[in-house]
Amino acid sequence: MTPYLLCTGTIWQREIVRFARQRSRIIGAFGQPVLFWLLLGSGFGRNFRYAGGGGEGYLEYFYPGIIAMVVLFTAIFSTFAVVDDRKARFLQGVLAAPVPRSAIVLGQVTGGATLALLQGVLLLVATPLAGVPLTLEAALASVLVMGLIGFALTALGLLLAWRIESTQGFHSIMNLLLIPLWLLSGAVFPLAGAHPLIGLIMQVNPLTYGVAALRRTLYLSAPEAVANLPGLWLSVLVMIAFGGVCFLLAVRTAERSEG
Amino acid sequence: MNPSPALAVQGVTHRYGSRVALTDVRFEVSEGEIFALLGPNGGGKTTLFRIITTLMRPTSGDARVFGHSVRDAPHAVRRKIGVVFQQPGLDPKLTVFENMIHHGRLHGMRGSALRSAADALLAQFGISDRKKDYVETLSGGLQRRAELAKALLPRPEILFLDEPSTGLDPGARIDFRNELKRLRNETNTTVVLTTHFIEEADHADRVGVIHEGDLVAIGAPDALKKEVGGEVLTIEAQEPDVLRTKLEEMFSCEVRSVDGSLRAEMSDAHAAIPRIAEAFPGEVRSITLGKPTLEDVFINRTGKRFIDADENLPEARKS
Repeated sequence: MTPYLLCTGTIWQREIVRFARQRSRIIGAFGQPVLFWLLLGSGFGRNFRYAGGGGEGYLEYFYPGIIAMVVLFTAIFSTFAVVDDRKARFLQGVLAAPVPRSAIVLGQVTGGATLALLQGVLLLVATPLAGVPLTLEAALASVLVMGLIGFALTALGLLLAWRIESTQGFHSIMNLLLIPLWLLSGAVFPLAGAHPLIGLIMQVNPLTYGVAALRRTLYLSAPEAVANLPGLWLSVLVMIAFGGVCFLLAVRTAERSEG
Repeated sequence: MNPSPALAVQGVTHRYGSRVALTDVRFEVSEGEIFALLGPNGGGKTTLFRIITTLMRPTSGDARVFGHSVRDAPHAVRRKIGVVFQQPGLDPKLTVFENMIHHGRLHGMRGSALRSAADALLAQFGISDRKKDYVETLSGGLQRRAELAKALLPRPEILFLDEPSTGLDPGARIDFRNELKRLRNETNTTVVLTTHFIEEADHADRVGVIHEGDLVAIGAPDALKKEVGGEVLTIEAQEPDVLRTKLEEMFSCEVRSVDGSLRAEMSDAHAAIPRIAEAFPGEVRSITLGKPTLEDVFINRTGKRFIDADENLPEARKS
């Protein structure tokens, strides 16, 4: 293993170990979205029909959206950890070590993405409850997409976290940017039938393509249910490009950061 | 011997916006030296520390560690240095040993070589029995020792410590100081530390005194004290300004007024005491005779008492 990967690996490992030791983070990133899903999904029940939809209930429509939310929350919580590391000055010691900044950021992003993916996989267990016709193939493809969304959102979070001094500051960014990003991604309501202005925002929102990719992989065996969404490969390519740009910008921010 | 000095600070100036934190600071530290940067908080020590540990680029000037520039080759500098920051640099949610492994890997160490090096250092610092405990359960003194063990893991040639004594009780402070001396004696590691404890600076081979961004004095503690003069008289007077003029006439030496008390450095100050007491009865409240300390060096160079210059920590001088 090269020193670069050794560094990335040890930072990745620390992210995972710390997460496992903080039970509140697991509850925060996983419990809340699931609660939302059950309450909102059952509340709307079959009162909800979306234009051009296949006639499923809201519990089913909202399910991929909730996976996206779990991934988003996990990514956000991982980036909180970076703000905390800066505040606690743990990061100083890492920055004074002879390692490229990109190796540090790569460890942080893959750590956050891994956690996001694991939480997403946990939610897959609820698929029968949601009524999604999941096959093994569809499950595997969905996990890959979750990893991709996790990578992109963690990189986006880190790009912000490396500039922000306090968790309070991060909270306002989260409410003003990250939550709307999720709300307008097709996770909560579909693009078809939305107000034209909102529809436009949804079309340029990269996360729209992440959620579309997730819906397409979940319904791999029943593509007619998601026929009016952006195509799978287009969606995956947009997410890869978005994740890559966020990662490069996060590295650049880290390189300019003075710890 | 390495041809380049362990540390060469070359005309470092640093500004935060319009506030000047350091002004053209220059000094060198030789290999194997224990060097203390002494100064009140807010005087520029920490800024300089962040520059020489590559965490911040100076506005102008440069610093070289064994010849490598912090400006142009920070990566090469990071290979040479071990750093103990003022704020704890250990992850409280990891065990002592996990922290060691994490740090070692960042420095390219791995496998059984890393584990045995970590074990050896923990044994050396007497914390082997705590290696599986979370750092947050350790006392401040033990955390500081673990911190030092961690910094030494990659065998740095020069060790930087920012305020290593802060938060330690006097016993732990002495232990820590002895560890540093032993380290220097056994491995010839250069040690550069910052401190606002006068007593701690007294134990260094050489001291640089920093005040308001200027290096106001540099040298061995004894040599600096000798420059001040033989003995120091501190006089509390009813009317200090009146007495000051009279004393300057009487002894034809400089008498400083520092925060209401008068200070004079003389070679035979003890002989002056009865003369002052007889000449100005009623005007003098008390006379104290002392050997010069590094605090006198500070007063001599800045005209201020160290304790007052140290605005942030009134309890700072616990010598």
